[in-house]
Amino acid sequence: MRFAPLGDRAVMITLGDTVSESTHRQVRSVTARLAAHPPTGLVDVVPAFASVAVHYDPALAGRDAASSPYRDMVTALQEVLANVAHDALPAPRLVDIPVCYGGEFGPDLSSVADRHSMDPDDVVRIHTAGDYLVYMVGFMPGFAYLGGLSERIATPRRSSPRTAVPAGTVGIGGQQTGVYPLVSPGGWNLIGRTPFKIFDIARPEPGLLATGDRVRFRAISLEEFHERVAAS
Amino acid sequence: MTLRIVTGGLQTTVQDLGRAGHQSTGVPVGGAMDQLALRIGNMLVGNEDGAAALEASLIGPAIAFDQDALIALTGADLDASINGTPVAAWHPIFVTRGATLRFGQPRIGCHAYVAVAGGVDVPIVFGSRSTYLRAQFGGFEGRALRSGDLVQVGAASPLSERIAGSLRESDAVPAVARWSLGGSLRPRYGDDPTARLIAGAHIGNLSDDARERFFGATFRVSSSSDRMGYRLDGVELALAAPVELLSEAVVFGTVQLPPGGAPIVLMADRQTTGGYPRIGEVISVDLPLIAQLKPGDRLRFRLVSLDDAQGLYLEREQELAQARFAIALRPF
Repeated sequence: MRFAPLGDRAVMITLGDTVSESTHRQVRSVTARLAAHPPTGLVDVVPAFASVAVHYDPALAGRDAASSPYRDMVTALQEVLANVAHDALPAPRLVDIPVCYGGEFGPDLSSVADRHSMDPDDVVRIHTAGDYLVYMVGFMPGFAYLGGLSERIATPRRSSPRTAVPAGTVGIGGQQTGVYPLVSPGGWNLIGRTPFKIFDIARPEPGLLATGDRVRFRAISLEEFHERVAAS
Repeated sequence: MTLRIVTGGLQTTVQDLGRAGHQSTGVPVGGAMDQLALRIGNMLVGNEDGAAALEASLIGPAIAFDQDALIALTGADLDASINGTPVAAWHPIFVTRGATLRFGQPRIGCHAYVAVAGGVDVPIVFGSRSTYLRAQFGGFEGRALRSGDLVQVGAASPLSERIAGSLRESDAVPAVARWSLGGSLRPRYGDDPTARLIAGAHIGNLSDDARERFFGATFRVSSSSDRMGYRLDGVELALAAPVELLSEAVVFGTVQLPPGGAPIVLMADRQTTGGYPRIGEVISVDLPLIAQLKPGDRLRFRLVSLDDAQGLYLEREQELAQARFAIALRPF
């Protein structure tokens, strides 16, 4: 566990240098411990692939005039995070996401299939067979970085990004797959769309996916897609 | 009471100090670009520091008052006038019913704040009234204000009533208070500031030449700059060797270096995480100077220690606390 300043109002806690499930478990343990025992002056906690950032108010974090707010915050974090590696984590949530693949929702499904010399149905079969892990949420509201994409359908980003990808679109970008929570520019290969709202400010917990969730995709028909949109 | 928007200006939004506490769900903090100007504006009208105000960018709005109001203008000088009479910024101003506040040509800075006693009252989304334009939530219907909008104002505090009362009897129209806030608190805005920077996690990845150029060069704020970040033109920087980084948290003032070699300073509406190398972080007390830069303005960087940065931060917070105390104790 390494501590370093991130500007004058945040501490970066680095827990590893690669994307791995063991580092991810440490990220979750540290995040859970800080939620249960927030040090004085803590403002926000931002978990990522291999680090957890702690935003704090230096005017509240200082304990000792001879020290500095940063050193006092690091000391407080070391106290709170002692033996954190031994914490048991809650069982991950399992989230099932229905996706209508191909057609107008997945304009790049056939080019992804062509690239790997397979049928579009094979891409769907491989994508829905995957067991995905939400490593982190960031970049935009509700955007979940998913690990677990099969190498067999990994596909480089498009050379020219689209200016507006609709919310709910499922894409493949390099080794990653994910769902666009909001309409946004995007360079991923678009293979389908979910009728679920991935991010909705009307919900108490606006993001559908949280760090540590397990995700599965399930293929649905166009009829089911429209029924689900109408019902939501 | 309500503010009636006659014209919206270039981009006028409702902003407060932002929505910290939700970054783990990818929701940006947002809030005022120049948080010091917002806080001082609120103090001048007797509000809490974090009350919502209007942020007007470059070309200000025209606002009609349907009732008497206590306001303050802070931040950029956008040539404000009330019923045609120029009015001073950084002072409490008593505006009579029926008056219209207008702005002219931008003179100094980019973002002006219109603080109103009682604060702008829009629904709270994730703990804040700030407008997040990209995802269209918060503020006034998630968007910039436009002609015909009626913006609600909250109930004035007893302190606001006392400040307003001291100006109501004045003969001058509009009535501008003689008192202001201490000069050392007021930022010295300019179009070529030097921002102080704390070394970032990847400053060591810059080539020696790039490091020298970063601290020696004058950058220009590019036209593709907004509330999310400023792209800096003028000097292209290279890494000593390519690095593969994992996305992680960034902050207001992070200077990151995308592959193109033009650094980006992340601002109020920055994303919560980023994957580019971080050269450094602009110190908190210098963020208002950067927030007031316009496309075409210049900027230099100078390295300081974390201890110095936090010392300056604590000094400024103490000054603000003293100013708040002094206003509360004023015999109006």
